[in-house]
Amino acid sequence: MTEWINAIVQGVLIGGLYAMFAAGLSLIFGIMRLVNIAHGDLIVLAAYIALVTATTLGLNPIVALVIVVPAMALIGYGLQRGLLNFTLGDDLLPPLLVTFGLSVIIQNGLLELFTADSRRLQAGAIEVATIPVVPGISIGVLPLLQFALAVAVIAGMQFVFYRTALGRAFRATSDDPAVAQLMGLDNRHVFALGMALSLAIVAIAGVLLAVRTNFDPAIGPARLIFGFEAVIIGGLGSLWGTLLGGILLGVAQGIGAELDPGWQMLAGHLAFLVVLAVRPEGLFAKIRG
Amino acid sequence: MPETPLYPGLSPISTPLSDPLLEVDAVDAFYGDFQALFGVSMRVEAGAIVAVIGANGAGKSTLLKTIAGLMAARRDAIRFAGAAIGGGPAYATVARGIALVPEGRRLFPSLSVEENLLIGGQLGRPGPWTLVRVYDLFPVLAERRRLPSTALSGGQQQMVAIGRALMSNPKLILCDEISLGLAPIVVRDIYARLPSIVAEGAAVVIVEQDIVQALSASSHVYCLQEGRVALAGAAGALTREAISAAYFGV
Repeated sequence: MTEWINAIVQGVLIGGLYAMFAAGLSLIFGIMRLVNIAHGDLIVLAAYIALVTATTLGLNPIVALVIVVPAMALIGYGLQRGLLNFTLGDDLLPPLLVTFGLSVIIQNGLLELFTADSRRLQAGAIEVATIPVVPGISIGVLPLLQFALAVAVIAGMQFVFYRTALGRAFRATSDDPAVAQLMGLDNRHVFALGMALSLAIVAIAGVLLAVRTNFDPAIGPARLIFGFEAVIIGGLGSLWGTLLGGILLGVAQGIGAELDPGWQMLAGHLAFLVVLAVRPEGLFAKIRG
Repeated sequence: MPETPLYPGLSPISTPLSDPLLEVDAVDAFYGDFQALFGVSMRVEAGAIVAVIGANGAGKSTLLKTIAGLMAARRDAIRFAGAAIGGGPAYATVARGIALVPEGRRLFPSLSVEENLLIGGQLGRPGPWTLVRVYDLFPVLAERRRLPSTALSGGQQQMVAIGRALMSNPKLILCDEISLGLAPIVVRDIYARLPSIVAEGAAVVIVEQDIVQALSASSHVYCLQEGRVALAGAAGALTREAISAAYFGV
């Protein structure tokens, strides 16, 4: 019995990480209808930037976030202004193709620079620290911290989106880019700020991923899939739904792994397919049709 | 160092006595290969109400979109407060003090009534219009400020659209078909607020299908026909025959 509860608890905790993969993805799709195929590879890029920062400056990876987050936000702003803005229009295909190309470039660039060896960020004693809850079930401090950060990120996004002028600009530009210009908003700048915010979240997700598990240049696409699945399960346009989608995906994977270690990924994909078949708009969708 | 005029109070002979707030000089506009405006010129003095009338497809909305910077145009085809602003971009045009109330209102559906107004004022241009003043002008909006903009009636949505434009404290406000789809009593109610808008110092250009409404509200009228100015003059000086001739091209 305890191992089942344990599987679910661990699933919930890793769900927070999936929700962070998903949050940046759904943010930019919401604002500019851009499907970022390179999202997973950008997560891996953030992990490598954290690796370089942590090793050269001798920082704890969690502390390195102070550098990695603004660095990724800057990359996001530049990427949007310098490249992705030119792909936006009535057609969804150009941004899809360009970000696919970007994905290939990032993967191979990282392969050239860092080889295919798998790496790991060392966070020190916190990695193995646990809090015993009841006999047989204990919660790792690191997963708990990750989950708390994920909840904080989602809450922060919720605040930015619905309580600040920036969030108002995001929503208005998403509603009607032409009329948003009449309010004095430069769409190119608003989109770039959206991408900057998305990659700031990617930076947190990338560092947390790299502390938790081994990474190499090729693991990006699978993270993209987890992100997509969490968004679809939760429903587009709902941030808290995205968090719950991530949790559901994590729990499904945890239960699958408990049944048979080989079924972890399969169970996650099956849960996603079931939601897609039964409730294609997602469990907590705000946007209908 | 600005040049001191030789005779203070007198303008140089080459320009009209008062420089207009807005001067449109032979502007052309295109949608792809289709030409919608052919050498349209117009003038709007500060504090005036100018009406643009014409049949469907005459180019009225295109003219307003061109002034607002949403359409490509020759730089010096649009002069506003002395600066050449033709061709936009629209976000810079609004910063100069031109606000457009777009046709069909085009409120932001995911923003509340108050957020729609606030985003209109997000540039922070100084001037008389604030959230409080807009609520004074349209008290019904204050009661409904927390509602999504889609929950309002058509007339109330039009008030939000006008209020949103006022929030940018424009020197010139362009109103595209503000009576479209509204009950006559609501239209009268909205037009009754125009004088208090002008009283705060803004000039207004109204595009209107309802000729009687347009003539009674404005001091000057431009009639467009197939992308050209067919008739222009003071609202009181135009005869009904001249207007119908210009309107229908017969």
